[in-house]
Amino acid sequence: MTRPGTLKESQITPESVYLNRRLFLKGAGLGAGLMAMSTQAGLLDFLTPRSDPATVDLAPRETLAFKAAEPLPDLTLTPELKAISHNNFYEFGTGKTDPVENSQGLRTQPWTLRVEGEVARPATVDVWELIHTAALEERIYRMRCVEAWSMVIPWLGIELGEFLRRFEPTSRAKYVAFETLYDPEQMPGQKNRFIGGGIDYPYVEGLRMDEAMHPLTLLSLGMYGKTLPPQNGAPIRLVVPWKYGFKGIKSIVRIRLVEKMPPTSWNLLAPDEYGFFANVNPEVDHPRWSQASERFIGPGGLLDQSRQPTLPFNGYGDQVAALYSGMNLRRYF
Amino acid sequence: MPATLHKPVAGALHIAVHIGALLPLVWLVYAIPRGALGGDPVKELIHYLGLGALRLLLLTLLVSPLARVLKMPRLNRLRRPLGLWCFAWASVHFATWLALDLAFAWTLIGEELVKRTYILLGFSVWLILAALAITSIPWLVRALGRRWKQLHGLIYVVVILGCIHFWWSQKSGWLEPALYLALAGLLLWLRREKIRRWLGGFA
Repeated sequence: MTRPGTLKESQITPESVYLNRRLFLKGAGLGAGLMAMSTQAGLLDFLTPRSDPATVDLAPRETLAFKAAEPLPDLTLTPELKAISHNNFYEFGTGKTDPVENSQGLRTQPWTLRVEGEVARPATVDVWELIHTAALEERIYRMRCVEAWSMVIPWLGIELGEFLRRFEPTSRAKYVAFETLYDPEQMPGQKNRFIGGGIDYPYVEGLRMDEAMHPLTLLSLGMYGKTLPPQNGAPIRLVVPWKYGFKGIKSIVRIRLVEKMPPTSWNLLAPDEYGFFANVNPEVDHPRWSQASERFIGPGGLLDQSRQPTLPFNGYGDQVAALYSGMNLRRYF
Repeated sequence: MPATLHKPVAGALHIAVHIGALLPLVWLVYAIPRGALGGDPVKELIHYLGLGALRLLLLTLLVSPLARVLKMPRLNRLRRPLGLWCFAWASVHFATWLALDLAFAWTLIGEELVKRTYILLGFSVWLILAALAITSIPWLVRALGRRWKQLHGLIYVVVILGCIHFWWSQKSGWLEPALYLALAGLLLWLRREKIRRWLGGFA
């Protein structure tokens, strides 16, 4: 059953986590009264991270209207505070907490996205207009990081394919190339290789045309009912649920439709470890760790860890395996 | 004549080592619930502990050149607590990987230990550190005699392997591990004569 309107997060998130989030999200403008409610941490809550509201003043996020996803009884959501404080966004540093700590000042307004290349109607899109006018859909997706941890995140966005059709791709459009903002003044990792992990910026990613047009591929404009926080790629990012997380390029400023396979950042950095396709595949290990299972980041505390088997195409094989029929997935990893 | 390091000062240094090595561990208990290591602290925690162990290892190796330059041989007594703390940090680092990252999935742990060279390196380092820690028990030091020195020379191997393990574990970027390796190289170079004699001891 789908219904319009905002799904209350308390309906899909365990209550304790729901309350904890109040403690954390001071920056989101929530009251001190609610904060007080969540301070009675029980024994089992010991070492459950609740980011200190005093240490990170979060950038404000707008609540969005969207079509709620159908409930997925098999999936447990990752608590929002974990999803927004455990990030890889090397433009802000390589540590997992660097992005939340260093990105809150990112100027996301105004934001324009250039769509060009093999399209009949190239254009510059006002992203905030898109956020406010597009029919946003909620998609609850598994997110599998190449580092063998995973989350389940309720994204808000529009299908990338529908978005791209507005610009009328030509018959020569075989691939889609994406580019993140390049602004060393705002992104310390771009200014200093030591902070940015040695990546040549801007960060670039790419999809084959059929992957980009697939209905699961999301151009995300929000998460957990609100606009994206900077550390998760505000104001506009890509989400491709059957691929490793690094394909989900953040804070996009340019989309180019092209004829040849475009370069991608991690592949340029370590071609033996990261391929262009980067489909989640439990049978093809990363050279330095197994991809057969993953550590799910759920509502539990530090001492409550669980590993689960990784699924081919991250569990979306029924929908996407056909895109790769006849392809040697060991070779094209 | 060696400069005197007065007993109270030496004692204070000893205590400083214990406090200095223990406090960052205690800090974790305070900081993790407050999100200082992020919403999901496992990866950061493993990294923090591993890097801490490596720093303690380098500090251990810094002691004897420092004692020589300052002409304070009594400083050398700090090597024992520093080395033992290094082993403690390495053990917590290893245990965190076993318990929190791999969640005691023993088949997987066994495979990873064998298949992933950088993990095998780290494991070897931990095994050697364990051997060095156990043989730091005073009566074993006496019982081993000359062989004790020979065994504990393995710290030269450990520091190099530890730095390579760190380098290899990085997803990208080489500057930080390169600095650690350079520092380790420098500390070994300062005692190159000692190392030559140590290597000769195997002949």
